[in-house]
Amino acid sequence: MEKTWNNKAWFMVLPVLVLVAFSAVIPLMTVVNYSVQDTFGGNQFFWAGAEWFEEMLHSDRFWAAMGRNLIFSAIILSIQIPLGIFIALNMPRKGWGVPVCLVLMALPLLIPWNVVGTIWQVFGRIDIGLLGYTLHALGFDYNYVNDPFDAWVTVIVMDVWHWTSLVVLLCYAGLVSIPDAFYQAAKIDGASRWAVFRYIQLPKMQRVLLIAVLLRFMDSFMIYTEPFVVTGGGPGNSTTFLSIDLVKMAVGQFDLGPAAAMSIIYFLIVLLLSWVFYTVMTNYDVEK
Amino acid sequence: MAGTRDAVVNADKDQMMRNAPAAERTAHGGLADAALARRMRRRGEESRFWWVVPTIYIIFLMLPIYWLINMSFKSNQEILGAFSLWPQNPTLRNYSVIFTDPSWYKGYINSIIYVVMNTVISISVALPAAYAFSRYRFLGDKHLFFWLLTNRMAPPAVFALPFFQLYSAFGLIDTHIAVALAHCLFNVPLAVWILEGFMSGVPKEIDETAYIDGYSFPRFFVKIFVPLIASGIGVAAFFTFMFSWVELLIARTLTTTDAKPIAAIMTRTVSASGMDWGVLAAAGVLTIIPGALVIWFVRNYIAKGFALGRV
Amino acid sequence: MARIDLNHIRHAYGANPKSDKDYALREVHHSFDDGGAYALLGPSGCGKTTLLNIISGLLHASHGQLLFDGKDVTRLSTQERNIAQVFQFPVIYDTMTVYDNLAFPLRNRGVAEADVDRKVRETLEMIDLASWAKRKARGLTADQKQKISLGRGLVRSDVNAILFDEPLTVIDPHMKWVLRSQLKQLHRRFGYTMIYVTHDQTEALTFAEKVVVMYDGEIVQIGTPAELFERPKHTFVGYFIGSPGMNVMPVAVDGRRARLGEQVIDLPGAPKAEGNGIELGIRPEYVRLGAKGMPVTVRKVEDIGRHKVVRASLEGREIAAILGEDDNVPADPHVTFDPAGINLYDKSWRVEMGA
Repeated sequence: MEKTWNNKAWFMVLPVLVLVAFSAVIPLMTVVNYSVQDTFGGNQFFWAGAEWFEEMLHSDRFWAAMGRNLIFSAIILSIQIPLGIFIALNMPRKGWGVPVCLVLMALPLLIPWNVVGTIWQVFGRIDIGLLGYTLHALGFDYNYVNDPFDAWVTVIVMDVWHWTSLVVLLCYAGLVSIPDAFYQAAKIDGASRWAVFRYIQLPKMQRVLLIAVLLRFMDSFMIYTEPFVVTGGGPGNSTTFLSIDLVKMAVGQFDLGPAAAMSIIYFLIVLLLSWVFYTVMTNYDVEK
Repeated sequence: MAGTRDAVVNADKDQMMRNAPAAERTAHGGLADAALARRMRRRGEESRFWWVVPTIYIIFLMLPIYWLINMSFKSNQEILGAFSLWPQNPTLRNYSVIFTDPSWYKGYINSIIYVVMNTVISISVALPAAYAFSRYRFLGDKHLFFWLLTNRMAPPAVFALPFFQLYSAFGLIDTHIAVALAHCLFNVPLAVWILEGFMSGVPKEIDETAYIDGYSFPRFFVKIFVPLIASGIGVAAFFTFMFSWVELLIARTLTTTDAKPIAAIMTRTVSASGMDWGVLAAAGVLTIIPGALVIWFVRNYIAKGFALGRV
Repeated sequence: MARIDLNHIRHAYGANPKSDKDYALREVHHSFDDGGAYALLGPSGCGKTTLLNIISGLLHASHGQLLFDGKDVTRLSTQERNIAQVFQFPVIYDTMTVYDNLAFPLRNRGVAEADVDRKVRETLEMIDLASWAKRKARGLTADQKQKISLGRGLVRSDVNAILFDEPLTVIDPHMKWVLRSQLKQLHRRFGYTMIYVTHDQTEALTFAEKVVVMYDGEIVQIGTPAELFERPKHTFVGYFIGSPGMNVMPVAVDGRRARLGEQVIDLPGAPKAEGNGIELGIRPEYVRLGAKGMPVTVRKVEDIGRHKVVRASLEGREIAAILGEDDNVPADPHVTFDPAGINLYDKSWRVEMGA
């Protein structure tokens, strides 16, 4: 659509601007403020310059949490995106099955995140949980409380349970926008199932897939509540992701300086990735 | 009789004659006709087992929820005692604990209050902004839009502590409005994004026609434009409701008792006498219900909504 | 190319059709000759697209049998039937080049790459897109996209038929004409069996050798454009084809004469039916306006360029007549009916008149 140039439009954006400034800019300035100062308790602060940033960037703890988080995000994406596409492709297109599928699939998305954690904490317990009990009965040595590997598996399965539906629903939205004539033409051209996917469905899903990858990457990169409830970051530090580490540092140990520095590095990474995504997306729109 | 059969045989011969050249015509040096026909036949078959995949997936989604519901109808002795797939002695004790203890059910009310406040605030400020983004170019519009989006991507953990200090300074700690405002951090950008998508789908000519017909901007916006994007508003409200409802880190940080959300009160079930699993499960089940209701209402728009109105 | 026989085809979209009303296609029993160019003409909802989709196998008819060159294909899928179809909205594979779009149906059928290349190049020449071969199909105009859709049918020289489902809907008016004449040329040069669905009579009459007029789930007439014009078999054909449509008026028939109110009209022959429920149809082109005949009152004269359309009232009924560009309406207007243009209808169906 051809848009007209009108700077008065700023007045319409103003309420949003004020609100978001209040809830984003001011807190962020506080963070910046802390990140360059040191304190010995009370309200006394000293200028610390880039000290905290240097400390953070040389801290094994930070890089370990970062590494864990990146591995986690990579695993999550490599499971959820293909699985989500696969399920969306097999969803019904019409009839009573559609609302039933949509409603049931969307359900995990609307459960408070700590309740998601609670559900899996209970479900995986070997004494009272269906999953843990069954695995034990089948002879598996499964215990997410003591075993880092089992803890990881639990957190990943939980995230797949929690968020795959988002990918499914996004892909499904892309799929239902394809007119019937495309499928009919493909039949007439004798296209195989794979060719239909590769040349009709995948191109139409490109845009929603971009959104899905971004949302899933960002949310898994910021994950806090669910693993915190299930494992508390343990056993040891094995499931201590960036956010968990950050909250431990800021609220638990009250190390404001390092926590603020970490926040800023964290936020910059997120910002960078958002920018890459936004650029790719706008270019994609222009190309269209 | 004999005559009829002859006619049939002749007709068959006729067919064979006509088919003969067709059979010789191979598909331009490609596969032999028979193999090609087999291949095309296979492609023509619609899978009769498509439902297997969604069914397995839905079972996987429902099992943990079922387990929670199952536990919510058991007494603690039963939960910790013999393992059973459904309640042997169903009890409503866990639910009655929640509905009779104000500190429990108030948590429920608190959650709903700040979620609704947040939804109303987010939508009402996002509407004019989304309209501006969808209709006009203005100084710094693209940067502003991008900056808004980055807030949707901001890690709540980064903001938890500064929020606490900011709202303490304003004396807003432990109020509903504090949580509602804080959740605007990620919900306002999201609402703007979704609404902008829906609004861009409404032709600009409609605006122009309305102005020619003598509508003032506010009257046009409320009487004509808002009804046109009603489904978009529904979808945006759904998403803001959803993200405010499920968020806990910020909500918990900003509240102590008076505005504490149900989800945060759940941690109370850990006590000296051990976990009260039954009440925990019942509280969990109750937090799922509002979400389920909301999805049911928007089920027809959900597919479009998830694509943020842009597909 | 193939001859297509439709044996008592009926189709209902609902599961348990009870009455005729439940059928989208009531009963079609007809043959399309090998190499013929047919148009399926009718208003929306008359079942023409249903019939087309039954031929292509996108739909399977509830009753009846479909034969290609005498071979029963009723149960075969679209893929096995080997037909081509061009849809209302252009279907192209966005991410492929024009060349790959055309090669797609051949590659799907495992044709050797050398043959694919030869056929695609031939086809690109046929549809005038040779210079666009390497371009992505995404950025093309609607008519170019529609040509690609057609090209995907043309590359397979062994297709049984090429079907068109209102293919010019989204094409600019001036390109419609170009595409239509290119289609006709292709048909003349290569002799494809073509079936063309449209609701536009100009499109149907200029494209096809034989026009199949459908109305309310049935074929009401099959004929050359001239036959449809001169001898409409059903009053609907009379209304639907021609501009303005045929004048139809109730008459009482008695031997070789028909009575319309006070007036008596001489018929070219004695009809096989008699009595009151008879209608007389005459095209405006055969209504002569002059000083003799039945008196009429002229209500309106529309000048539409090549000729004038006169709207008049005869015995209280609306009647249209065509007048040459240079002719004028007489002062005391009367009309006569040219016997060559008179048709009689009993319950909407045409009845023959003996000599």
